[in-house]
Amino acid sequence: MNIVVLVKQVPDSGAERNLRSDDNTVDRESATNVINEMDEYAIEEALRIQEAHGGEVTVLTMGPERAGESIRKALSMGPDKAVHVVDDALHGSDALATSKVLAAALGTVNPDLILCGAESTDGRVQVMPHMLAERMGIAALTGARKLTVDTNGAGGATLTIERQTEEGYEVVTASTPAVVSVWDTINEPRYPSFKGIMAAKKKPVTTLSLADLGIPAAEVGLAGAYSAVVEHAKRPPRQGGTKVVDEGDGGVKLVEFLASEKFV
Amino acid sequence: MAEVLVVVEQAGGAVKKVTLEMLTLARELGTPAAVVLGAPGAAAAVVDKLAEYGAATVYAAEHEDLDGYLVAPKAAALADLVRQVSPAAVLLGSTQEGKEIAGRLAVKLDNGLLTDVTGLAADGTATQAIFAGSTIVTSRVTRGLPLVTVRPNSLTPTPAPAEAKVSAVEVAVDGSAKLARIVERVAEAKGARPELTEASVVVSGGRGVGSAENFKQVEELADLLGGAVGASRAAVDSGFYPHQFQVGQTGKTVSPQLYIALGISGAIQHRAGMQTSKVIVAVNKDPEAPIFELADFGVVGDLHKVVPQAAEEIRKRR
Repeated sequence: MNIVVLVKQVPDSGAERNLRSDDNTVDRESATNVINEMDEYAIEEALRIQEAHGGEVTVLTMGPERAGESIRKALSMGPDKAVHVVDDALHGSDALATSKVLAAALGTVNPDLILCGAESTDGRVQVMPHMLAERMGIAALTGARKLTVDTNGAGGATLTIERQTEEGYEVVTASTPAVVSVWDTINEPRYPSFKGIMAAKKKPVTTLSLADLGIPAAEVGLAGAYSAVVEHAKRPPRQGGTKVVDEGDGGVKLVEFLASEKFV
Repeated sequence: MAEVLVVVEQAGGAVKKVTLEMLTLARELGTPAAVVLGAPGAAAAVVDKLAEYGAATVYAAEHEDLDGYLVAPKAAALADLVRQVSPAAVLLGSTQEGKEIAGRLAVKLDNGLLTDVTGLAADGTATQAIFAGSTIVTSRVTRGLPLVTVRPNSLTPTPAPAEAKVSAVEVAVDGSAKLARIVERVAEAKGARPELTEASVVVSGGRGVGSAENFKQVEELADLLGGAVGASRAAVDSGFYPHQFQVGQTGKTVSPQLYIALGISGAIQHRAGMQTSKVIVAVNKDPEAPIFELADFGVVGDLHKVVPQAAEEIRKRR
């Protein structure tokens, strides 16, 4: 099975993150940039499917030059190769433009299965798999906590996921080709081995520009975005309030506070 | 006045609170019109509630296929309706399904999209809180109509009774929207507690709770306050509480009137899911725990002593 995993480089959610003051885009220059955490679960799932059913795993990233670090990190977990879409004109692209570019790039690989994280820690928008499915005319199975692959012998497969809902869970099925997004409940990603890290340095990474994909620069980036940030401001940090040490009456004091705020 | 389409979300046959919030919000932009996307009969059950909150029209797009496949048929039906009625704006809940429908709709209509909106002005300017609620953004859709998903608990819904006219919408779903078939829906017991993202009170437990058994103390306090139960990632990873109740970066974002954090240190990944709560209360035995930096009221102490005492005190006051 031919599998592509979408990997996004994001600013570390454990550190301070900012928008740029000049164009309101995510400040990636001064941030510590890492692989979007949820994508590691997608990589792990791809590797497990490859181990069971064979085939090839390709990492696909759209992002600036420095996203190459995250591609190497992803490859060190075990995928075979990578495609990096990099073009200065992509700066400031919205989800719609991103899905257009990724759909075109996926067309160059022609995968049976596209795996991705359910959301990125920077945008948290969750729309990419459905946007891709809509553009590519394929199925989207989203928010998987479990994925089962039944191959049909002809290169394709039936995919079945479980996805959590507010009432319980749904079982949803589709045939390949399809895009599947995963939550962090699906598996436990492996750590790259020393051998994996060394091997990753030699794995092929194809770079593609907008021209390679036949997409006009005017359709992407800040200029081509369908929405715009008008302004942004830091929310004033919350101030800690009263702190009491429990001296046998902590529970009572807590309730007194709740009563003063009319919650009790 | 032009219509503002509000896509109705239902849970267990009832209208979800986020829908009532959207109907309230929609009045600022035009005449609210609710859209029910579901199996035959879905609209009849909720018309009265939608009318109570100002829906002048209820578009009933009903077809078995809307219920039998993952979101694509709903997006197709909604796109057809938007083309027909040319609304002033389209609002959906910022929930898993709401965002998924919105994403497909944006592609179908070649229209901009804003998600996780917490406020919407009459001119379509939206407010969003990003980066764990640390940055407030004002934004606009610049191509097409304002297509936004609204985060639950963004405002207090207010009734504005209207005479809802029910308008049946013809639904034609072609094969390309029927690729992801729902084979089974399994209900899991969740008791009488409110849904986590819609609850006005959330009581969450962290690693400090110590065990799955001890989460009963968290549940007891939540029930006394009529709240939902949440859990930190550490508590979920330790197997104390199921993942669907996780609050934080890789879980749910909540914004209740009252958030009580029990045995939660307050790592940034947790704060990402709760720091826009109105009032925050924390109990932790570590006086240096970062959660105290954002708590309006904090108790430094053993939650296993403080929480039962608090529960007892609430009962006494009744």
